[in-house]
Amino acid sequence: MGWIGDGLESIRSLQIRQVLSQAVSLGMIVTSALIIWKGLMCVTGSESPVVVVLSGSMEPGFKRGDILFLHMSKDPIRAGEIVVFNVDGREIPIVHRVIKVHERQETGEIDVLTKGDNNFGDDRLLYAHGQLWLQQHHIMGRAVGFLPYVGWVTIIMTEKPIIKYLLIGALGLLVITSKE
Amino acid sequence: MHSFGYRANAVVTFAVTILAVMCSIASLSDNFNNPSPTADIKVLNINWFQKQPNGNDEVSLTMNISADLQSMFTWNTKQVFVFVAAEYETPQNALNQVSLWDGILPTKEHAKFWIHTTNKYRFVDQGSNLRGKAFNLTLHWHVMPKTGKMFADKIVMTGYRLPDSYR
Repeated sequence: MGWIGDGLESIRSLQIRQVLSQAVSLGMIVTSALIIWKGLMCVTGSESPVVVVLSGSMEPGFKRGDILFLHMSKDPIRAGEIVVFNVDGREIPIVHRVIKVHERQETGEIDVLTKGDNNFGDDRLLYAHGQLWLQQHHIMGRAVGFLPYVGWVTIIMTEKPIIKYLLIGALGLLVITSKE
Repeated sequence: MHSFGYRANAVVTFAVTILAVMCSIASLSDNFNNPSPTADIKVLNINWFQKQPNGNDEVSLTMNISADLQSMFTWNTKQVFVFVAAEYETPQNALNQVSLWDGILPTKEHAKFWIHTTNKYRFVDQGSNLRGKAFNLTLHWHVMPKTGKMFADKIVMTGYRLPDSYR
């Protein structure tokens, strides 16, 4: 009867190994995603290197669901660049084009006015009450690259959270049940 | 090894990889385009020129803008955004860029154009420095691709001057 005991023993040890290796590979996926994200933050110098366009204010250039890659270099902001900025009191950053720049003589501080290509007027109505200009600290980055449609994944997931949970559940199940 | 799931996974991964490679190649191919744009801007009239109650100078002018940006268009070009900015230096500011007019060129056929227009955005200074001020008119363009990297460049035109007195 010794061979049954050996068999049971081998199965048990195999399962522990399998569970461990699956946990490790799951950890690898999560950490490598984190490494890529943080690495992009270092390379681009922007606190959010990739943004999804949420509104139609830059149509027909950028539509809802398109992805923009941001870069924040030391170069000063100039008219015509598409910048992503945060306004005090608003949570969601805005992607619009710079139409006016005033740069101070000694300090190099800048006053910037933006406008969406598809909007009729400039952005002073979107700024905080009484704010006429954006300063450097409002600006999170300038758009350098563009990829269409990919952002729909995140838009769908934030607007229909049930799909997000279904997807995470299915992926988790796949990782647990996969044999290799 | 040969289950449906594995095969579907392999097909999807391969398709996404090919798509990514094609997008990169399309974007890289833009670098082989050597554009030769031309532009000319004439200031036809200073419609009015005054000091606002808050002390900033404001001017309204009529321009004639003609440009040929057809060579900017490649197969990866979605549209070209074009704008004219007045650029000048004041004792207070090292650089002032004030957008006066802009437009979207959706196709190559629209990229050779001329337009007779007043300034679409207000030409307001920060302060009162515009009397007799020499300024540049710069035609900027921003090439927005179907996918990949965006390009921007400009043509600077010098030798414009505002009148010495309000009118």
